[in-house]
Amino acid sequence: MPGEESIAVRLAGVSKQFGEVHALHDVTLAIRRGELLTLLGPSGCGKTTLLNLIAGFLMPDSGEIVIAGKRVTFTPTYRREIGFMFQSYALFPHMSVAANVGYGLRMRRIAKPDITRRVADALALVKLSGLEDRKPRELSGGQQQRVALARALVIRPKVLLLDEPLSALDRNLRAAMQIEIKDIQRKLGITTVFVTHDQSEALSLSDRIAVMAHGRIRQLGTAQEVYREPNDRFVASFVGDVNVLRARLVRIEKPDAEVLIGEQRITVSSRTLADAQPGTAVDLFVRPEDLRVAETGTPTAAHGKVAAQIYQGGHVDLHIDAPEIATARVLVRLAGHDGMTRWPVGTHIGLTLVANNAVAFKPETQA
Amino acid sequence: MHRSWSRPILRFVGRLVVTAILAFILLPALVVTLAAFNDRAILSFPPASWSWRWFAKALAYQDFQDGFRNGVIVTACASSIALVAGGAFAIALDRYEFRLKRTLEMVLLSPLVVPHFTVGLGFLILASQLGLARGYGVIVVCHVVLVLPFVLRSVYISLRNLDPRLELAAASLGAPPGHVLVTVTLPLLIPGLVSGWLFAAILSFNEFTASLFVTAQRTQTLPVALYNYVREYADPSMAAISVIYIVITAVLLTCANAWLGLGKVLNVEHQR
Repeated sequence: MPGEESIAVRLAGVSKQFGEVHALHDVTLAIRRGELLTLLGPSGCGKTTLLNLIAGFLMPDSGEIVIAGKRVTFTPTYRREIGFMFQSYALFPHMSVAANVGYGLRMRRIAKPDITRRVADALALVKLSGLEDRKPRELSGGQQQRVALARALVIRPKVLLLDEPLSALDRNLRAAMQIEIKDIQRKLGITTVFVTHDQSEALSLSDRIAVMAHGRIRQLGTAQEVYREPNDRFVASFVGDVNVLRARLVRIEKPDAEVLIGEQRITVSSRTLADAQPGTAVDLFVRPEDLRVAETGTPTAAHGKVAAQIYQGGHVDLHIDAPEIATARVLVRLAGHDGMTRWPVGTHIGLTLVANNAVAFKPETQA
Repeated sequence: MHRSWSRPILRFVGRLVVTAILAFILLPALVVTLAAFNDRAILSFPPASWSWRWFAKALAYQDFQDGFRNGVIVTACASSIALVAGGAFAIALDRYEFRLKRTLEMVLLSPLVVPHFTVGLGFLILASQLGLARGYGVIVVCHVVLVLPFVLRSVYISLRNLDPRLELAAASLGAPPGHVLVTVTLPLLIPGLVSGWLFAAILSFNEFTASLFVTAQRTQTLPVALYNYVREYADPSMAAISVIYIVITAVLLTCANAWLGLGKVLNVEHQR
């Protein structure tokens, strides 16, 4: 476990209940100094509650919250030295851009010339120099967002909390802001907690991702770990596209296991199989980019028929009907655009798995 | 085709109805305004010859002067007290959960249901029972009760329209609760407070029914003075006063509009 001084925020056994609803169950989490950690999960998973607890907008029913070594579990927000950015930006409509950004500095009773300088620096950082005197309603959505970011950063908070800050922006602007936020975050080395329900946003931004569901953290790890070595079925299917294929467990030799799918033998980790018995069915979770159309002569996992082709620019998505191994259509993602001409809709093909990137889980118990 | 002729007819009928409604809204004020300029000492329409003299007479009439002064005193006190009380109640209803919240809400809004003469009569009985002279105090309290629901609603609606995240944002930037109130909450509530006060003032200044019960000769407000006048005389000074009334109210609303925007004053502006 890393030393206390390298931890910016620590949550220990934090629970929160709203009436009958358990929003958070006994969550323990250490956020490292300087990292960008994403809380990722579907709506209602507790990610926003967790963020609000760190901010002090809510108080936990039990557990402890520590920011920068100080216990703040019941400290009011205004003494926590956090920066918070809302999805709706929450700019003060009656104040100019400069007054908005300078608000936190005025509350800290910083000398006027210093405020002016730091506000100018912060606006330069988010590329809004020259708009000091505008009112928020005179700005575009993207500009309002930058003001909100500058306002949260200018006070040099111990931790920057972002609540789905990009979800109100259109796609292109969003991608640009992702890069910009990441850049700024790295430049300032500021500890950042980023809440999102968008898994691709989480994968591209984060140093680490905490995948949440039903008030618990299901997995905490780097983007790669969460994507490549999911802990459970939920994480596997929530983060990235995935095919769930029917396979059979051949044997377990810890830490590996061997499964058979069609004619193919695949080595997977035994970590996710617990007490599964050899000979029983398992669900094999396979990413669309780990599937190929089989060349003649190679062992196939299944036979199928191309049901749809979707051109995505850099890659082609083939949707395959393969009833032997999957009830839903199987998604195959092929780099380049050859796929369009080689395998038109209706072609019968064989499917094969590349590399040993699949993850196996015990089938869901039928209710 | 069916639509080809029904459309223009419907449009015509629609315009006719709108025009008729607008006419009925404006007609009484128009008739009275014209009658005020009648040279002859009768309230008739349309006037045969024109004059300003009823304005001069009305403004010089002692009862009207007193009534105006009394009205201003009562209105200023009543709407200011109602603003503070109504604002506090609105904040309590918006921000806090407590027992009997629904009951409190019902009681506060009940003057909308109870007729004004009942309220007036009640205060009259109470005042005489308690041996209170019918001074300004009773009138002010009576008016506070009558205008409170309007102030309450106005402030409550602007509180509802206030994004609570603005206050959270201020707190996250290091503002203690008192600073949040002064730098964020109150400035954003000002349109609601001003409109609440303004409507309370207009209602209070125009209030007649309840005032008739609780005022005395010495304390009568302008509407009561007008009533007493019209019982004895029927010359156009009445109409002249009405015109002055309309002009003052219109000027007040125009100022409020220019300063804050009528949309905000009427609380109809939507959150962006």
